[in-house]
Amino acid sequence: MEIVIRAKKKWWLSDIKELVRFRDLFYYLTWRDVKVKYKQTVVGVLWALFQPFATMIVFSIFFGKFVGISSEGVPYPVFVYLGLLFWNLFSGSLNEVAGSFVNNERIITKVYFPRIILPVSTIFTNVIDFLVASVMFIVLAIYYQFVPGLTGILLFPLLFLMTVFSTLGIGLLFGSLNVKYRDVRYVLPFFMQLLIFITPVIYPVTIVSEKYRWILGLNPMSGVIATARSAFLGTSPIDWSLLAISFVSMCVYGALGYIFFKKTERYFADVI
Amino acid sequence: MEPIIEVKNLGKKYSIGERERYTALRDILANIIKHPLSWLSNKARGGPQHDFFALTDVSFNVEKGDVLGVIGGNGAGKSTLLKILSQITPPSNGSVTLRGTVGSLLEVGTGFHPELTGRENIYLNGAILGMRKKEIQNKFDQIVAFSGVEQFLDTPVKRYSSGMYVRLAFSVAAHLEPDILIVDEVLAVGDTDFQKKSLGKMEEISHDKGRTVLFVSHNLDSIRKLCNKVVLLEKGKVKRVGTNVDEIIDEYIGAGGSRDHVVEWKNQNEEYKHPKFTPITFSLTDGSGKLIANPIDRKQDVFVDLSVHLEEIDADLIFGYILTDEQGNQLMWSLQSDTKKEEWPTVVKGKNNFRTKLPLHVINEGSYKVELIAGLYYREWFLRPGSSRIALDLHVSGGLSESPFWVSKRPGVVAVVVPWKNK
Repeated sequence: MEIVIRAKKKWWLSDIKELVRFRDLFYYLTWRDVKVKYKQTVVGVLWALFQPFATMIVFSIFFGKFVGISSEGVPYPVFVYLGLLFWNLFSGSLNEVAGSFVNNERIITKVYFPRIILPVSTIFTNVIDFLVASVMFIVLAIYYQFVPGLTGILLFPLLFLMTVFSTLGIGLLFGSLNVKYRDVRYVLPFFMQLLIFITPVIYPVTIVSEKYRWILGLNPMSGVIATARSAFLGTSPIDWSLLAISFVSMCVYGALGYIFFKKTERYFADVI
Repeated sequence: MEPIIEVKNLGKKYSIGERERYTALRDILANIIKHPLSWLSNKARGGPQHDFFALTDVSFNVEKGDVLGVIGGNGAGKSTLLKILSQITPPSNGSVTLRGTVGSLLEVGTGFHPELTGRENIYLNGAILGMRKKEIQNKFDQIVAFSGVEQFLDTPVKRYSSGMYVRLAFSVAAHLEPDILIVDEVLAVGDTDFQKKSLGKMEEISHDKGRTVLFVSHNLDSIRKLCNKVVLLEKGKVKRVGTNVDEIIDEYIGAGGSRDHVVEWKNQNEEYKHPKFTPITFSLTDGSGKLIANPIDRKQDVFVDLSVHLEEIDADLIFGYILTDEQGNQLMWSLQSDTKKEEWPTVVKGKNNFRTKLPLHVINEGSYKVELIAGLYYREWFLRPGSSRIALDLHVSGGLSESPFWVSKRPGVVAVVVPWKNK
């Protein structure tokens, strides 16, 4: 084995090899986050269920009952829960990914490892929450005697991966910025609070006229949530063009985030 | 045979601005809006001009099986060199070739999580140091036995005493088996018995197994004992390198001013420059302006002398020093603004000469660092605590008390004489 350290590094090739070499560290960091997360919370796994469930109840009462937002013929709780499921995976991990470098400052300044392990393992712990929360979706579907569409099950892996990669891309950008500019972590929650209202989480995407719907698509989560609803609940035909726009924006954010991260990564220890 | 480590023309440049933590994005944005032109011209010039070279043109080779000691005074660039070799920070120029797996120990217990148990932390820490899962499993029993904390394996480490914590952390580290091992001063941990045990382990690692070790230490005795080759760094440059270990160490000790006994710092080549605070000299003197000679007796008077050039006066300016012991514990901070405002020293444009007396009567025997810090109150640091590179050495020995019972270093961080009475 030979390692050459220089000021400039050719990074595209070596990355994957390194990730394979450090796979055990990846495993243990994920394991640490899961352990600590569930150790410190008394209700443990229940918290992962309670959070989206409580939000669903509140949203159903206020937006479903009082405001009377259309849920396109399906019970509003099912409608909003499906949206929240993906939204929570996105927003929850994004917040944590953005802080993942700063929170691990001690390790970053003392040991070398591919830094990308930190955000990726953070997303993994949120995926576990997501899976737990998905169980509740099945319970809801049974309760409302609802049979999810087959296309939903087929499209699920794509939607899931799109959520994960959007989070990673945007998270890498904010995470790297956060290393240098510590106020990013205060800006981000605010930004996320606004974003939930311009993403079709509490309302169906169809309330926006088709002419302007592409604007929603710039947010990858719009395409993901709208498609999930069409596919699982059969509310309306799948809007493929919206999904395509979201897919492209996911790729753009992903590339931007990754490039920015790679440009700054090696200097984290100097700046953090 | 090719050398296992090849360091060629290595250099590392820090922009002083780069060291500023907690820069706020909103400040940058506000600055761009307020002074768009100056920001652009700043960008074009390549940012701030205050560069600092931590290393320049460092070259040396290490053969397989060598145990290389890296020595040099404060700020000689030892830590920077280790950080580059461990790939934590990239060099600004030059290159390093490492032919083998690398493990670095810049600190013991990196990544220990207080909520996790001892057992869990062994796995986590092992993985962070670069061990594979299999490897940790195989060595698990040895690690536990070496640490001596068997009974507490399933207790969260937040309930450990600091001694237990350090022993467990070191035990994991000691079982790391890379081709190249990079060790910072991590041996000076735990109680004396454990230190002996750790040093023995280091000897075992370096001699018995023919591994290549890079070892930074202030403890010259252990360098003499362990190393067959040394690199002497001075101000970021290689001053001597060779296998004549004793000769180089003797030269280093003989050089007096440039080793651990730095009692005067001068702003050469305008290393530091800021319109609101440019230190010129920073020194420890006996009051008549003469530099002190370490070690000093506690009954002596020692003053901190600081000459500063101020181009602009800022009402928020604060400056002073931090006194740190060998273990890195901060004993005290002293700032010019500690007293009533009316009693603060006046500051004038141009050259200022400040002086303050060190409160030696509370300081225990031992080696200390006096670090210069400066900044604007609640706004920014020019010389950030813990990373200001301007530091002096103070060795206190003797003169602790008139009492026949006070013969050497006292237990405790400070050593104060207070009278007792029988009421």
